[in-house]
Amino acid sequence: MIIEAEKLNFSYTKNGRQILRDVSLTLQEGEIMSILGPNGAGKSTLLNLLAVLNQPNSGTIKLCGKDTKKMKPREVASIISYVPQNHTPAFSYTVFDFVLMGRAPKIGMFEKPSSTDFEIVQQVLEDIGIADLADKAYTEISGGERQQATIARALAQEPKAILFDEPTAHLDYGNQLKTLRVIRSLSEKGYAVIITTHNPDHAIMLGGTTGVLDRNGHFETGLSNEIITEEMLNNVYGRTNLKLTYMEDVDRYICVPPNL
Amino acid sequence: MRILDTNSKKKVNTARSNFYALGLDFLLLVILALCIIMALCAGKYQVTPKESLEVLFGELLGKGGTYSEMTKNVVMGLRVPRIFASVLCGVTLAMSGVAYQSIFKNPLISPDFLGVSSGACIGAAVAILMGLSGLYLSAFAFIGGIVAVLTTIMIPTIMRSDSNIMLVLSGVIVGGAMSSILGFIKYVADPETELAAITYWTMGSFSYVTLDEIGSVIWTMIIPMVVLFAMSWWLDILSMGESEARSLGANIKVIRNIAIACATLMTASSVCISGTIGWIGLVIPHFARMLVGPNNTKLIPAAGLIGGIFLLLVDTLTRSIGVAEMPVSILTGLIGAPFYALLLYRQRKTLS
Repeated sequence: MIIEAEKLNFSYTKNGRQILRDVSLTLQEGEIMSILGPNGAGKSTLLNLLAVLNQPNSGTIKLCGKDTKKMKPREVASIISYVPQNHTPAFSYTVFDFVLMGRAPKIGMFEKPSSTDFEIVQQVLEDIGIADLADKAYTEISGGERQQATIARALAQEPKAILFDEPTAHLDYGNQLKTLRVIRSLSEKGYAVIITTHNPDHAIMLGGTTGVLDRNGHFETGLSNEIITEEMLNNVYGRTNLKLTYMEDVDRYICVPPNL
Repeated sequence: MRILDTNSKKKVNTARSNFYALGLDFLLLVILALCIIMALCAGKYQVTPKESLEVLFGELLGKGGTYSEMTKNVVMGLRVPRIFASVLCGVTLAMSGVAYQSIFKNPLISPDFLGVSSGACIGAAVAILMGLSGLYLSAFAFIGGIVAVLTTIMIPTIMRSDSNIMLVLSGVIVGGAMSSILGFIKYVADPETELAAITYWTMGSFSYVTLDEIGSVIWTMIIPMVVLFAMSWWLDILSMGESEARSLGANIKVIRNIAIACATLMTASSVCISGTIGWIGLVIPHFARMLVGPNNTKLIPAAGLIGGIFLLLVDTLTRSIGVAEMPVSILTGLIGAPFYALLLYRQRKTLS
């Protein structure tokens, strides 16, 4: 088991809203988990806890069987890569330098990347198909390319699990599909993957498991094709009368909103 | 690693850009050497380049030469310490500017910002009020700078916040308090003698620099320089922001504190020998970034060299033009401000 979280409770302030209540989940090699939930439910918070960027108020998280409380940031980073939502950094590093930062867990504090690190980065850039962007400034490429660069950086980290925070937000349809395909191919290669998304179709397309986080902090997981039902969707998105229909053309269930 | 299981060795095209940065550093070194020779010759007492080199090598190698006693005194006694000091201060101020900008992931921050300069000024002003001078004055300036930074770093700790914005605000608080204290010291200072000395200190000057003074702070300049360069790659990571740096496995607290300590030691040391000199820590990192990009491993040496050249030229100007010598900060401001505006204009697209 790569990630085992047990009974996580979390709120940002002492008497504030309880964002997570007794949340438990497990993730094994090659598994994809999509996390659905309304705005502000705490999907990103949950990812932050799993990546040990925040500490839960109670509960334990084990990565590869080891309690995260006893792990250094470096150890966590060599198991978990975190792909944040698109952002613009203050300085215009080249795509190569940006991806190279993924090698950080392997590099000492007074060291610089070695030629092995350069080779790994070059390999990852070619695998993802953005080798020709290597010398471009990260701040000057398109949103879709930036997403790919961030994924390349996550791979350069050589993790066991990759957490994506809304990987399809801000992307056009073409790039959304591209990203979903990359995510699926990653799981086929054995990475454990968690994504948060606002689109139930993405969870259906990715298959695997789906976790549903509601506004009260309750979290429920199950196989995507069992847990995603009209009832669940209408609970999560507030009685919107969403329809779930089978569409023969694409050979899967699709989620359709009603007419306005 | 599963996606990388091919063992083929890949040609990596970063060699070209490394080569470019090294070439630029070499070019800057040559320019610096030329500027030093020029600075040895420039001034009220004219010396030819040939003479200046004769004196320099004659004295350093202990051979002596055919030059006059007067020329020797001007070159070795007056100009060499000044040149040495101005280059060192330029290098340290520019490098600490690079470090601060990366630590706070903000290209608009400079060494003056954490209250280092104003703290050091208060230390110096207190020493002047107490009638101290020379090394005591340097020591006071040093302690003042360090105290200011420690206060700035402690405020977020007391508020139990790890965030950069808290540190920035804390710098604003300390800087504001410091300038009021400095104002008070000026207010109570004797306007005939002490006030002038304090004012002179706040505007920066290399006129009274001695080799002893430089010797007393040289290690607190050079050791942090080496440490900063050694951790330059991690400064890149730090500049990506806290949560990203942490998700990449960085021990933010340790890296940030070491980097801040180094940059502060460098700034405080430079204030010790020259008083406060503005603009260099802000403008030079920008200029260097335009030449070699934001990668700190390339940026730190390039910015240091450019800073050294710039401050040497400015100091040579202050003692060459006009009748009386001008404080350095006046010229760095007059040159730095429009130059900074020009840089911002050229970078307007990437900054917005």
